Amino acid sequence: MEPNNYSETLNKDRAGFLLEVERVRKTFPGVVALDNVQLKVRPGTVHALMGENGAGKSTLMKIIAGVYIPDQGEVRLNGKTLHLHGPLGALEAGIAMIHQELNLMPYMTIAENIWIRREPLNAFGMVNHDRMNRMTETLFERLGIDMDPEMDVRRLTVAGRQMIEIAKAVSYESDVLIMDEPTSSLADREVEHLFRIINDLRAQGKGIIYITHKMDEVFEIADDISVFRDGQFIHSAAASDMTSDEIIKLMVGREVTQMFPKEEVPIGDVVLSVDSLSLDGVFENISFEVRAGEILGLAGLVGSGRTNVAETLFGVTPPSSGRIVIDGKEEVISSPHQAMLRGLALLTEDRKETGLFLGLSVIENMEMAVLRDGYTRATFVEQHRLDQECDSMTERLSVKTPSMDERIGNLSGGNQQKVLIGRWLMTKPRILILDEPTRGIDVGAKAEIHKLITELVRNGVAVIMISSELPEVLGMSDRIMVMHEGRVTGFLDRSEANQVNIMELASAPVQPPVAHD
Amino acid sequence: MATNTESTQHLEVPKKRKRKLPTEVSIFLVLIGIALLFEVLGWAIRGDSFLMNPRRLLIMILQVSIIGIIAIGVTQVIITGGIDLSSGSVLALTAMVTASFAQQSDYLRAVYPALTDLPWVLPLLAGLLVGALAGLVNGALIAFAMIPPFIATLGMMVSARGMARAYTDGQPVSMLTDQFTWIGSGANPVIIFLAVAVFFHIALKYTRYGKYTYAIGANPQAARVSGINVRRHLVLVYSIAGLLAGLAGVVAAARAGTGQAGMGMMYELDAIAAAVIGGTSLAGGVGRIAGTVIGAMILGVMLSGFTFLGVDAYYQDIIKGAIIVAAVVVDQYRQRKRNKTT
Repeated sequence: MEPNNYSETLNKDRAGFLLEVERVRKTFPGVVALDNVQLKVRPGTVHALMGENGAGKSTLMKIIAGVYIPDQGEVRLNGKTLHLHGPLGALEAGIAMIHQELNLMPYMTIAENIWIRREPLNAFGMVNHDRMNRMTETLFERLGIDMDPEMDVRRLTVAGRQMIEIAKAVSYESDVLIMDEPTSSLADREVEHLFRIINDLRAQGKGIIYITHKMDEVFEIADDISVFRDGQFIHSAAASDMTSDEIIKLMVGREVTQMFPKEEVPIGDVVLSVDSLSLDGVFENISFEVRAGEILGLAGLVGSGRTNVAETLFGVTPPSSGRIVIDGKEEVISSPHQAMLRGLALLTEDRKETGLFLGLSVIENMEMAVLRDGYTRATFVEQHRLDQECDSMTERLSVKTPSMDERIGNLSGGNQQKVLIGRWLMTKPRILILDEPTRGIDVGAKAEIHKLITELVRNGVAVIMISSELPEVLGMSDRIMVMHEGRVTGFLDRSEANQVNIMELASAPVQPPVAHD
Repeated sequence: MATNTESTQHLEVPKKRKRKLPTEVSIFLVLIGIALLFEVLGWAIRGDSFLMNPRRLLIMILQVSIIGIIAIGVTQVIITGGIDLSSGSVLALTAMVTASFAQQSDYLRAVYPALTDLPWVLPLLAGLLVGALAGLVNGALIAFAMIPPFIATLGMMVSARGMARAYTDGQPVSMLTDQFTWIGSGANPVIIFLAVAVFFHIALKYTRYGKYTYAIGANPQAARVSGINVRRHLVLVYSIAGLLAGLAGVVAAARAGTGQAGMGMMYELDAIAAAVIGGTSLAGGVGRIAGTVIGAMILGVMLSGFTFLGVDAYYQDIIKGAIIVAAVVVDQYRQRKRNKTT
């Protein structure tokens, strides 16, 4: 670890730190998750935490928020050492955390979710719902959120729920607010909204710890940046003193030269063409075609129906009308199995929900999709042959795992994603649909996945790529289809597309973030 | 320091973990431990050996066999993330039906001269069919009518018991043919139990059927998106569980020489207990037949041991309940240790 210039750069303008973490060490059975780590947050600043997945950022945040108890070291808030025994203690001390996973109760109202455990009571000790709703409205007014406090949380989109999580954390009036990738499910407009809220909190003198993988966000919002790698504190400095290349270099410990290795490959015949595809109440009149060797980017805000189109193509939710033509032949796809038989593959948006078998091993996760077709003799799975193919796929994707029998839950996000991609590549798809292929994974793995996509189109695979990250869509796609509220609002060619015209097509009049279903 | 080691930290750990004993071994050690405890208590309290008594051991395994056969089906259901509460009642229903096909014709031949004893295969098939049908209904309700497994099989538990009673107006069906009762004689139930166990152990481990079963329990949505026909597979698993409850009913009727509507009372709970003690997780995705077999043996050893020591049946139940809960506590602890993440 290099000696850092932290104290010189930061102590100059302010002596008192709001939150100080020193010499923190945390081990899990066999793994050192954090080793002698430090973090110092000034009041009235946004402190960004950067690092690849597995660098220890989330572990450190969980220690600060009282979820984990450190083996060594101490956490000081306003100069006083904290002895936390649980998240409640942290909340009471003045530290609130917005977790990466959403922790809301779907069948309770927005107000009930926000004020849980702190419900205003009436004289009889019963919950005073009127007052609770008024408190929610006041809070929403302050944050500029336009939602009905009495609405059930299950009716909100992921983005809407994320905003509720944020409002809930703010409602604790904590000194320190921890945000663990708060924007991973937000569209650009909602991100702006979040940043307004953050700026507000900063002006009130709060300290905000902000974890993200998105470089542009860091420079937009952060005052200070701390970089972690492999459970170690690497460097800390003011954001204005760092460049994104420097940060990436510190994060990965090597240089990542090209993020989007776009390569012009010959584009072949139309493989998939979709004609006025509709799913009642979700999307309508979707028409497009994809050619062999082409990457069709699918852009749009969260909730625009991008994912629904992908799921319909793959037979998860069969369409209510419209035609799907593959290789010039009209096909009816009413289940994922039928889609697979026709050469389609879908890497789903949500790794944990619809991708991984978390309790199962790496190999069990990888082999699952090909078990249908072949690989069995007299009903017995040809495990030996499968083992070999999975091994070579693991090597090809450079999945880092101690063994094929390791539980996939113990791998980092990037490696989990590679295993899932491997699952689909083993089916030898001709049309590959990738829904957020690089969400929440680190820079190194991201670049590798982009390289892999390029390699696939070179071999004539038609790729449909959904992504909320505009640079990714712009960098990888040959053509971009933009959706808004279940309709296609335009196609852009690689040469003409930029962030501005995509966003123009993707955005529309303000509407409350209610789920389409 | 530690700059270009990338993820070596992550690499070192699990290799150690891999060398850890499989869960079955630790459960097996528990079984041995309990047996030895009874041995010691036996000498201390009764001045007699618990284990050195082949007759007692045979009876013990025989008692375990019927619950064990059910538990093998129930284990598979639990691995898919479901539950089957109907197996005890289905056992009773199939015992009634199978017995009615296996009655001696001596008496009635006076009235109906054409009547003959049916060969043993017919009652066996009838029993299996009834069991499989009950399971099929369970599976269809769960997979297609989207009724939670707990409710669907609770309904079947009540209905099947009612059907067992209604079938003969509550009268037992006795005077079964020797051919048929042979199925339950001697060590045959044990042989059937172990054969079924081996069969499904292999099916779960080495066939597509098994892999899909685990996948559905681990993440039904991911299973569906991987091209697995989740509904059809669930119906299959519940049907197999019903079939095995039916087989248990046949064996029980053959061994008792009679079919009675009160048979198999609470067996579903013993079967679930055997699976859980054997390491099957009620959360789904985890479990092995070998564990369930040992789990069933633990229940058997306890029953036999307490009886041997003269412990009152009521107290036996109290202790049994505690052991079931303890097994789950241990399982939860193990899971939490497994789920360490950064």
